[in-house]
Amino acid sequence: MPLEVAPFLATTIPPAWLYGLAGGCLIGLGSLLALAATGKVPGISGVFARILRPLAGDVGWRVVFLLGLIAGAGLMFLSNAHAAQYRIPEGRSLAIYVIAGLLVGFGTRLGGGCTSGHGICGSGAGARDSMVATAVFMATGILTVLLWNLTVGGGS
Amino acid sequence: MRQFLAVLLAGLLFGAGLALSGMTDPGRVIAFLDVTGDWDPTLMFVMGGAIAVFAPGWLLLRKRYGHGLFGCALPDLSSGPVSKRLLVGSALFGIGWGIGGVCPGPGLANLSLLRPEAIAFVAAMALGMLLVQRLFRLR
Repeated sequence: MPLEVAPFLATTIPPAWLYGLAGGCLIGLGSLLALAATGKVPGISGVFARILRPLAGDVGWRVVFLLGLIAGAGLMFLSNAHAAQYRIPEGRSLAIYVIAGLLVGFGTRLGGGCTSGHGICGSGAGARDSMVATAVFMATGILTVLLWNLTVGGGS
Repeated sequence: MRQFLAVLLAGLLFGAGLALSGMTDPGRVIAFLDVTGDWDPTLMFVMGGAIAVFAPGWLLLRKRYGHGLFGCALPDLSSGPVSKRLLVGSALFGIGWGIGGVCPGPGLANLSLLRPEAIAFVAAMALGMLLVQRLFRLR
């Protein structure tokens, strides 16, 4: 993968960052292709939300896109040793994921986008509202982790 | 049909990229947000790489071609107003993101392994979205 292509980079930049960069490029390419093929903004929260409340004639591509996403991730987990290390781990309470999921669903819907819709598409197109949204969720995310570590305690 | 194949390929690329990036591990996302701890900057590279591909592609589509594939019109990506909803919603999203270390894409990507954590997250996310659509009468 990218490491064989760029041995120089691999010796100067930690490989995990390069995998991040390569993965990011694929994410950007997938977003661009989905946008070009549908004429819609392929932010994941929006794509998912409009499957929950479908509009006639605007559901099929959303289902195909998300099934492709799930299959693409699954294939990468199975075929790439680096990716295989980074799945959701066991160990944290399911309640944490339920609370997190509720906030993420509620927040992205109210705020009109998530890391992909606002963070990549909107910000990538230079939209001010998306840049503000991205700065806000980054900031509250950082504060939340900080508070979590100070109260509930680090590590969990 | 050709449109569905293109969208399928787009989804495969997106999902493969997420898994390759390592951001499907909530621990690494939290390590990015944990700026006072043992900071892991990878997420910055992921977003940088994604924007580095998306932004010039979008410019090319808009300025050079003016339409998408299969003759479809391009979406409007210009900025709307920075509304109270956008601010409050994004703030709440960030809190959930910080607690779980999972945003919508990685949550779905982890469904591929049928992990209970991912199923719980995605189900709760759906509930949260439906709640907004009910409360605020969104589309």
